[in-house]
Amino acid sequence: MAWDEASVAERARAFLAEHDPAAMDRLEFLRARFDAGLAWVHFPEGLGGLGAPRELQAVAERELKGTPDNRPGRIGIGLGMAAPTILAFGTEEQKKRFLRPLWTGEEVWCQLFSEPGAGSDLATLATRAVREGDEWVVDGQKVWTSSAHTARWAILVARTDPGVPKHRGLTYFVCDMHAPGVEVRPLRQITGEAEFNEVFLTGVRLPDALRLGEVGDGWRVAQTTLMNERVAIGGTPTRRTMMGVVAETWRSRPELRTHDLHQRLLKLWVDAEVMRLTAVRLREQLAAGHPGPEGSGMKLAFARLHQELSGLEVELLREDGLAYDDWTFRRPGTVDFVGREAGYRYLRAKGNSIEGGTSEILRNIIAERVLGLPSEPRTDKDVAWKDLPR
Amino acid sequence: MTLLYTEVEEELRAAVRDLLTDTCPPSAVLDRAGSAAAGGTPHDAGLWKALARDIGAAGLLIPEELGGAGASTREVAVVLEELGRAVAPVPFLGSAVLATQALLVAGGEVAGELLGRLAAGEATAALAVSFAASPYAPPAPVATLGEDGTVTGTVTGVIGAEAADVLLVPVRLAQGVGLCAVETSPTIQGSVEGAVRVTTVTSLDLTRPIATVEFASAPARIVARAEGLELPWVWEALARGAGLLASEQLGVAEWCLTTTVAYVKERRQFARPVGSFQAVKHRLADLWLEVVGARAAARNAAALLAEAPAAGPLGDEAAVAVAVAQAHCGAVAVHAAEECVQLHGGIGMTWEHPAHLYLKRAKADQIALGTPGDHRDALAGPADLPAPM
Repeated sequence: MAWDEASVAERARAFLAEHDPAAMDRLEFLRARFDAGLAWVHFPEGLGGLGAPRELQAVAERELKGTPDNRPGRIGIGLGMAAPTILAFGTEEQKKRFLRPLWTGEEVWCQLFSEPGAGSDLATLATRAVREGDEWVVDGQKVWTSSAHTARWAILVARTDPGVPKHRGLTYFVCDMHAPGVEVRPLRQITGEAEFNEVFLTGVRLPDALRLGEVGDGWRVAQTTLMNERVAIGGTPTRRTMMGVVAETWRSRPELRTHDLHQRLLKLWVDAEVMRLTAVRLREQLAAGHPGPEGSGMKLAFARLHQELSGLEVELLREDGLAYDDWTFRRPGTVDFVGREAGYRYLRAKGNSIEGGTSEILRNIIAERVLGLPSEPRTDKDVAWKDLPR
Repeated sequence: MTLLYTEVEEELRAAVRDLLTDTCPPSAVLDRAGSAAAGGTPHDAGLWKALARDIGAAGLLIPEELGGAGASTREVAVVLEELGRAVAPVPFLGSAVLATQALLVAGGEVAGELLGRLAAGEATAALAVSFAASPYAPPAPVATLGEDGTVTGTVTGVIGAEAADVLLVPVRLAQGVGLCAVETSPTIQGSVEGAVRVTTVTSLDLTRPIATVEFASAPARIVARAEGLELPWVWEALARGAGLLASEQLGVAEWCLTTTVAYVKERRQFARPVGSFQAVKHRLADLWLEVVGARAAARNAAALLAEAPAAGPLGDEAAVAVAVAQAHCGAVAVHAAEECVQLHGGIGMTWEHPAHLYLKRAKADQIALGTPGDHRDALAGPADLPAPM
């Protein structure tokens, strides 16, 4: 059937009539919501969705407001990156096995992509996966892995053929984070806390049934994950925005205002408003079935805005800006770019132009894929990975 | 409300673009600018006639009962995008936007008669107010309406005056203020030879020069009058014009980006296209992002102005949209034109390449109808970001 606002709302109300969240276990409620197709309505039937247009998700959220949620802050990587990739490339068994506990939050996911020697140049990664019968044996080191210490599963890209050029010798796996040989160590950041981890993989044995996509097709599968990552980082509407937080500080501390800061703040307010309008227009284009290239720019704009606003706030605070709330080495359960205090916001925002594709790489992508400008001369494209200069 | 372009808007765009492609290539604009700099006519009368009358662009904002198209600021914005892209030397902004908006806000019999002539393409009007006036800082009128019903005074910085058959001039009255219509064409009854003198000033913007208009006992009709010193019709017209100017700035910026991208793909140095250097690519990626934002902001202003009442003050939402669009688009057009000159290298610095026409238009537009700083200041209230004590 063709779903519309009324029929999705009707379905959500019918679901609530039969499932009283006050009388049910939280997880039982979430599982039932998934089974009713109201988890992510744009997913297929039987996999938590209705096969409905993506924008109708807002209708489901509205109708189910106030009921237990899946704590999206804890499972962002699963929701934003693993799920779309599993949906696009997983077998039926994989989709059935992984998507439901992923969405309910019973199983947390993390992402094993970046390595100490493979950041922007992800395709040069060195973690090896060697086939032994029905299993793959994985050895290597991954880095910048948020949620690795809480994760049940990971999405993993590993090199399965060093004898071909780097983009072609990769394969995509689901990695069992409880498997022997997986070691997670916290990685302390400039904020003082450890939101990320290093993950050492030593002789980790993964059954071939955990492979996602074809052998050697890992780069293409990873592109799906990365595009979704940038959408997730650049496009998530959050309740508190950096502009809102800094504006609150401005309003509550009239004695700190200066003309210079006022001019800069108003300019950033305009930038924030232009970014909001760009996102509105982008969503309209998507809804009309004409996805525009604007999406590639949103994360770039978001990073710059966050950095400038958070930097302005610390400067505005003068003596209070000289203090920092807490350098304790902690492992936060969720990431909140606008959480804690001004100093933390300033330092954490520095990561916004690095994580999920640096701003420099995003500019290359815009220049080459949107504007059609030629790439830099490449010396690494047609050379077997094992023969690349290191 | 949508920030996308409707089918009707795309058809209008195609018609305007076809006309401009045929009759207004950069080489023609450059030739006219050169001759105008030497004292020739700055605007292209043939092009203006085709645009105003044949395409009907002059009457877009004018209601059908007065002979116009009864369209909205959304369609006007699309025309302005195309005119900006071509830096077309036509008095569209001055006549079909600023003067028309002032008459629509003023209303009444005289305004109705004038709007009918504008819609039919029989007359061109200009608002005799400095193009540098900010809608947030209304200066008092500089001309006076005498007891004999004639206007006297000098207004500077006016656009489109040399092409105008009718000048709309704010005046001081014995009591209060008013908006007067002064006929300039000797063939129209009511005009007096020599009573209006329009002197084109050597202008930064070659494709839309400013002029000084001197009224010496010029016969006039009163379009509207008000108590006190405020000129609501003028300031409402300037605010609406500022919001629509953003679309012209978008068009200017788009031409500069497109032309520069094409050039850096062709131009080779160090045995490769200069567009393959990241130092160049990253600048263009940033500029592209600014232009994407400019389109969203300009569309938002055009759409909210279309929903605002034809007369009376703009609501808060439309006023914010206008200020955001001007604060952003004014700077984007200038940045795009400056990048266009820079990334063209030596050729970008020559008179023979049209890049300078866009730079001059963009820089003049940045000052026009309020600077980006004026528009940002106006946002302090709506954004609840109060100035220092």
